[in-house]
Amino acid sequence: MRQVLYALIPGTLLMSWIFGWGVLTNLILATIFCLGFEILAIKLRQRSVKIALSDYSAVVTAWLLAISLPPMMPWWMLLIGCCFAIIVAKHFYGGIGNNPFNPAMVGYVVLLIAYPLQMTQWLAPSHMVEALPSLANTLGVVFAGADLTIDAVSMATPLDTLKTELGLSKTLGEIRSTALFGTLAGAGWEWIAGLYALGGLYLVYLKIIPWQTPVALIAGMGVMASVFTLAMPDHFAPPTFHIITTGCILGAFFIATDPVSGCSSTKGRVIFAAGVGAIAYIIRGWGGYPDGIAFGVLLMNMAAPLIDHYTVPKAYGQSS
Amino acid sequence: MSSSNQKITPFHGGLHLDGHKQVSTQTPIASIPVPQYLHIPVPHNSEVTATVGEHVLRGQALTTSSNSMTPAIHASSSGTVRAIEMHAVVNRSGQLLDCISIETDGNDKSIEPLAALKPSADNKQECLDRLRECGIVGLGGAGFPTAIKVATDKSIDTLIINAVECEPYITCDDMLMQEQASRVINGAETLASIVSAKEVLIGIEDNKPEAIKAMQAAASNAERGKIVIVPTIYPSGGEKQLIQLLTGKEVPSGGLPADLGVVCVNTATATASYDALHQGLALTERIITVTGAGVKKPGNYLTRLGTPISKLLDFAETDHKVYQQLRMGGPLMGIPVKDTSSPVVKITNCILAEAAQPQHAEQPCIRCGDCVRVCPAKLLPQQLYWFTRATEFEKAEDHGLFDCIECGCCDYVCPSNIPLVDYYRHAKFEANNIKSERIRSDRARIRFEQREQRLERKAEEKAALRAAKLKKLKEREEAKAAQQEGTQDNKQDEIAAALARVKAKKEKTND
Ligand code: SF4
Ligand code: SF4
Repeated sequence: MRQVLYALIPGTLLMSWIFGWGVLTNLILATIFCLGFEILAIKLRQRSVKIALSDYSAVVTAWLLAISLPPMMPWWMLLIGCCFAIIVAKHFYGGIGNNPFNPAMVGYVVLLIAYPLQMTQWLAPSHMVEALPSLANTLGVVFAGADLTIDAVSMATPLDTLKTELGLSKTLGEIRSTALFGTLAGAGWEWIAGLYALGGLYLVYLKIIPWQTPVALIAGMGVMASVFTLAMPDHFAPPTFHIITTGCILGAFFIATDPVSGCSSTKGRVIFAAGVGAIAYIIRGWGGYPDGIAFGVLLMNMAAPLIDHYTVPKAYGQSS
Repeated sequence: MSSSNQKITPFHGGLHLDGHKQVSTQTPIASIPVPQYLHIPVPHNSEVTATVGEHVLRGQALTTSSNSMTPAIHASSSGTVRAIEMHAVVNRSGQLLDCISIETDGNDKSIEPLAALKPSADNKQECLDRLRECGIVGLGGAGFPTAIKVATDKSIDTLIINAVECEPYITCDDMLMQEQASRVINGAETLASIVSAKEVLIGIEDNKPEAIKAMQAAASNAERGKIVIVPTIYPSGGEKQLIQLLTGKEVPSGGLPADLGVVCVNTATATASYDALHQGLALTERIITVTGAGVKKPGNYLTRLGTPISKLLDFAETDHKVYQQLRMGGPLMGIPVKDTSSPVVKITNCILAEAAQPQHAEQPCIRCGDCVRVCPAKLLPQQLYWFTRATEFEKAEDHGLFDCIECGCCDYVCPSNIPLVDYYRHAKFEANNIKSERIRSDRARIRFEQREQRLERKAEEKAALRAAKLKKLKEREEAKAAQQEGTQDNKQDEIAAALARVKAKKEKTND
């Protein structure tokens, strides 16, 4: 799983470049909390800590959670998220291999439901503000709950903005003409998504993840988006806009590819990933939350055993 | 007839392994001297005909079986039967087995060979009997009686000679082909005649150029026999995988290669079959690869069956301090050797001394799916594992448990070091138990139901009988009663008549 971490590095670096220190505080705190909870759980369950940590799965969970959350999360929210991810979603179910739900997504969704306001406030990307919050400011927000001039620098994500403004019956063209949006998707965001995709392709190349999963997820989202865009081009963003988001790319390459909570066979995985893409699109369009990847993953996690049941591949000699 | 333009159909999964084959192919095949003691395990459902104290000759049968298909076992040198008792053997259960122990006399005298038999379409049964009489079984590792394999009454198009030898370290077939290619071709020809096969395909992995060359030369003047070079990927020597490689067809689940018109036999088995039919010789020796860590003279050794493994190791100058574990067979499918006094048997193709490997403890399955990618049977090994752990053996069966060929590819790649094949063996055992348990209980239930029915019928018959009796009795009583009534009536009539008479008389007197 170390390769997975390597693959996340370029995207994460660019993300911190664009959003500032808050990305790194998220990352460092989540890693510390997740490792701490992992060690605690393993100790309580009287297993070998060394072996449990050697697969890096807790760090991967921490990183995925950290980069999904808005930067500069207060430490206690990260603590709650990591606790749910590691203790509840993973060890309550019997530890790695036994968890039916993706731990990082459980942590994310718990925070999203409990603190919807904070969870939808992202920092503005660097090109839209004069200066990103300084390290001192960041630490103040994270640890001391300093309220900093948060309104000045925080705003909704491009996806969220799109949804809100479409709700205000603006046309797509008007919405996308603001500085928040770039050529294909969110300004700045599209580059982050691109680097994450690059990391994902590296994993595909190494055969650490099967290529079918990202393809199916992107196809699931792309097909949905295409259908609606073709029907009403003024009201629905084109597939490229939906696909080139960090949510979709992280989901396709790093989250839906989690083998533990996913499906077993190739066919099952394709159904699983396409389902995540389609559900995410529906939630983006009509749900109460700006992004739906996390919900899509959790819903498909629930369906995974059923999909597995119906997609047992034909063994050698069983086809005739 | 030795070109190699056969289309190769790759199978799913498999592993690219380091072959370690050159180690044991540097020297020609050498013979191991006949040891002082030979221990020959008595096969299942066989009866020992030899007696303690009896002097036996090489090639003399030691057992018979009521099962006409069970191949005999033979004394592999001349000597005196000293004991028929439990002895250590190599098997997975670690149980002792009945063995016939022969103290050899050093003369190595043989019985008269049987008359040569030329197989043709008319004497198939005779040939089958000969194969069984000479104790021919699959020498590739499965030990399946060859007579049963070729006894099929299905029409056979293709005889496949499995000369793939895909498991690392093992080179006994490779060396056999390098040194005795024409015997292999003769063996193939013999078997092809028995099953009336139209074509003979000899599959060899491309990592054995010497053997390929020798075989192509030998096949060039044979009637049938086409050398097909297959890619080196484990387990291309699995019967089902080789059939898929060469014919593109899959042996149906639960079926036999003969269902596809194919019979597949190992190289050494083919030569042993040739010896049995044309030379009239029983199977008493085989070539065994001795190799691995601490083996100073790795190579192939022609060894009498029943020779203790320790003798082979000594002959190959093995340093017992170097290796950690011994295996009979290759690193993936071989059986651990617990006691080196165990004898080599017909299926012993290799004695492998394995170096100490870092031991990793078994970890939970993280469902990474690596096992799925390599499984040549196209199964979901991790699901089989979960079902086995949950003792849901029937579900495991639904997921193709019995299609697992126990190749060990999944084990090999599992990052959690789960001994998956051990789980599947256990699951197969349990699933079979459940099945036979069900058959038993079904039988018991049927017996019970039949008994119930019988009892019921008896009870009914009894009841009917009783009813009939009762009816009769009643009738009789009624008849009696009627009679009695009748007599009473008569009496009353008589009385009445008498009274009437008296009355009349009285009246008369009154008048
Ligand atoms: S390779 Fe091992 S850990 Fe991975 S899915 Fe298979 S059994 Fe589980
Ligand atoms: S041992 Fe069985 S399950 Fe494992 S790879 Fe081989 S056939 Fe598949």
